[in-house]
Amino acid sequence: MTQPPRTTPETAPADSPVLRLGALEVGFRGQPVNVLDGVDLEVSAGEILCVVGESGCGKSVSAMALMGLLPPAHTRISSGNLTFDGEQFDLTRQTLPPRLRGGRMAMIFQEPMSSLNPAFRIGDQIAESVLQHQGGTHASAMARALEMLRRVGIPAPDRRLKEYPHQLSGGMRQRVMIAMALANDPQLLIADEPTTALDVTIQAQILDLIRELRDSLGMACLMITHDLGVVAEIADTVAVMYGGQVVERGPAAAVFENPQHPYTIGLISAVPRLDAPGGRLATVPGSVPPIAAMPTGCRFRNRCPFAADICAGKPPLAVQDGGHAVACHFAPLEQNLEVVA
Amino acid sequence: MTDAATPSTITGATDPVLSRRPESRAWKKFRTHRSAVLGGILVLFFVAIAVAAPWLPIPDPAATDWGAVRKAPSAAHWLGTDEIGRDVLARMVWGAQASLLAGVVSVAIAVILGVPLGIVAGYFGGWTDAVISRCTEALLAAPFLILAIALAAFLGPSLTNAMIAIGISATPVFIRLTRGQVLSIKAEDYVESARAIGLPTPKILSRYIFPNVLPPILVQATLTIATAIIAEASLSFLGLGQQPPAPSWGSMLNTAKNFLNQAPWMALWPGISIFLVVLGFNLLGDGLRDALDPREN
Repeated sequence: MTQPPRTTPETAPADSPVLRLGALEVGFRGQPVNVLDGVDLEVSAGEILCVVGESGCGKSVSAMALMGLLPPAHTRISSGNLTFDGEQFDLTRQTLPPRLRGGRMAMIFQEPMSSLNPAFRIGDQIAESVLQHQGGTHASAMARALEMLRRVGIPAPDRRLKEYPHQLSGGMRQRVMIAMALANDPQLLIADEPTTALDVTIQAQILDLIRELRDSLGMACLMITHDLGVVAEIADTVAVMYGGQVVERGPAAAVFENPQHPYTIGLISAVPRLDAPGGRLATVPGSVPPIAAMPTGCRFRNRCPFAADICAGKPPLAVQDGGHAVACHFAPLEQNLEVVA
Repeated sequence: MTDAATPSTITGATDPVLSRRPESRAWKKFRTHRSAVLGGILVLFFVAIAVAAPWLPIPDPAATDWGAVRKAPSAAHWLGTDEIGRDVLARMVWGAQASLLAGVVSVAIAVILGVPLGIVAGYFGGWTDAVISRCTEALLAAPFLILAIALAAFLGPSLTNAMIAIGISATPVFIRLTRGQVLSIKAEDYVESARAIGLPTPKILSRYIFPNVLPPILVQATLTIATAIIAEASLSFLGLGQQPPAPSWGSMLNTAKNFLNQAPWMALWPGISIFLVVLGFNLLGDGLRDALDPREN
């Protein structure tokens, strides 16, 4: 079957995804239980996918695995296939062709304060990345660096080009990181908590910038965050992770308005609201067990109010409707829980 | 840099503190560090003398004069003469060349050997690190000077061999220092982001690791030059360094020890010079360490 765009039935953005990550399993050496247990993700061109979950749920490890950045000395990818722009890659080899990493797939990090080399001017650092992937002369790479600095909205870019990282503020440095990541026109930008270290006003500016660049460049964007406010503001689609598994995935509106996994429901109700009456904040009871003590089957079942015997078996990430997929035996909750209760 | 006297414009970016580059901040700190400046002046003084040796109006350092044996300092011989009538001032000046050359060249050897090994050991870890580190420890187990003497004796007595011997003996210190620095630098976010950009390992090592481990190595190198100068003097004193009739402060001391009663100036000048040049390098090194230390504002 030839596929004309926009006819694929189940997923919301209809184009074939730029990135399709399947069955990613990652273990730390000397740990019997996998840290990532079958993670599946998809991002299409022009789409922003937010991966949310609490600390240690495997968000960053997924991104690092995707970039081929997990150190083989400490980690083992036992399964995982990556389809990137129609090309297949085997992630278990724990290395990616250099043209992919930093070229067609770029990444920005959480800590802009320490993510730039203090020993070089920022222009040289951006140019270095350009030279690495596009070749050309130093002068042309510097021209590209200048263009990128202007693009990410840095004032007086020609002067900033010659400055050292310590002369810039955190927000400016994150803009530089973004400029560096986008200098090679990547098809996918991976942003690992890009706004966590910034204060709220700068955070909004950076999110605006990412959205605007996504619109003008049409790239796909995989953003990792634990901040549901960020998700609500920017995400087209959301993937909720818990204990190294994707537990719920779908269009942002669907996930927010009709969360189906008990963990997602807990997360969303735990967000403090200005318009709601005071009192204790809602929490998800219990805490994430250490990786070695993860329950078998559904990894959330020891904290889940609805847990039953069936939860000892691993629930599949089943598509409900409109591309909204949930890994829970009881989904859709509204219908099934009455049966149990 | 913007002139400090003119008030900066409204754009907050021209804050004079923020817009100063790290080099100039370090330089300012160095300039106001009194003992460091004193050290720098001492070192510059001896370097100037050593470099200018061929053009200074001094007699040939090897020319003997049997009419002026062991003469005390005078108008003709400012620092006196030695046991076969050679001018001590001339020998001091040319000896400065040998001493400084030995100090700088042997430290250069130690840095060139030690820093890459340290970077490789620290960055790659595992077996590479284990092999390099165990060899380093084996070398460190032998005292510095004993090792240098053994190597120099093995290579044969000459100034070049003395420099090689001292250089190799000083290498383990640089391996250890570099390795330790690399271990902390490689965990920095910017190294991770360099890998995310897709830079190949050699480039990460040369552009991201090396420049950032450099400051402590620079300090160590300056301090080691002082040690190396003493080591060269010791080897020459033992006859394993500079060979006669070419002068060196160490071999001058060796000869002078036989005439301490009759001609104390023969020992005095080389002794003072070694003391001063070593003091100079030590003060300079301490000053550099303070200036390059990021912890003190």
